[in-house]
Amino acid sequence: MKAHLTRRYLFSASHRLHNDAMSAEENAATYGKCNNPHGHGHNYALEITVSGQVDQRTGMVCNLVDLDGFVQQEIIERFDLQNLNVLPEFSKSVPTTENLCIAIYDILQRGFKHAHPEKVRFEETMMNSFEYAGGKELIV
Amino acid sequence: MVYLTRKAEFSASHYYHNPEFSTEENRRIFGKCNNPNGHGHNYTLEVTVKGDVDPRSGFVVDLKSLKDILHREVLDAMDHRFLNKEVPEFFNQIPTTENLAIVIWQRLEPKLKQAELHRVRVYETPDLFVDFYGEA
Repeated sequence: MKAHLTRRYLFSASHRLHNDAMSAEENAATYGKCNNPHGHGHNYALEITVSGQVDQRTGMVCNLVDLDGFVQQEIIERFDLQNLNVLPEFSKSVPTTENLCIAIYDILQRGFKHAHPEKVRFEETMMNSFEYAGGKELIV
Repeated sequence: MVYLTRKAEFSASHYYHNPEFSTEENRRIFGKCNNPNGHGHNYTLEVTVKGDVDPRSGFVVDLKSLKDILHREVLDAMDHRFLNKEVPEFFNQIPTTENLAIVIWQRLEPKLKQAELHRVRVYETPDLFVDFYGEA
């Protein structure tokens, strides 16, 4: 039987939405307050969904210790309390939460081998959230 | 096609143990969850059904009947129970959240007449949930 498992993590980071390819006016018009040169921060809630066959011996899709360990080492320790704009993931892209979803999904896709990374979902604030499933259609 | 989700809460205890594993193996794989005296959670269950809206009633499903099925098949059997000892499906399989989602699906699916079961989501804590879509 195939099941989907989702775990929620929290981290805080700052960013500034700015594209060097745009004029100052265009940046201000596109990103509004998020273009403030000094940046600003969020408490991000990150939900990671992995899928796989439920192991008949353990009853698990994957051991949460493995998922927590990977996320702590590869994601939380690298992104928590950082300025996203200076991280290598955002050297060529604007650290919007859309791009953050894609960056985290790529890290999981490359490194997490205990289950299949299905989806990354971010709540940037209580009022907005973003989801990325590697370009696949999302299932409800 | 419209999707409708009904939410319910129940509290239960469980522990993780596979008699085929050695004591050390059980402890290593399941950690604190291996304590034989069990521990408890407040589970939140979300059941999503899908179907066409009936043009006469405007419903995908009669919520009252969905609620009755949920109570009869899941809450009456699992609320305030020790899953390993009181729910027959868990006499021989481990009551992980994964297996709980599958068992709840298997209990509900044959009972739903009007709408088709789409997803069973079980929250073990606000930070951990499992989705089962009936996939083999």
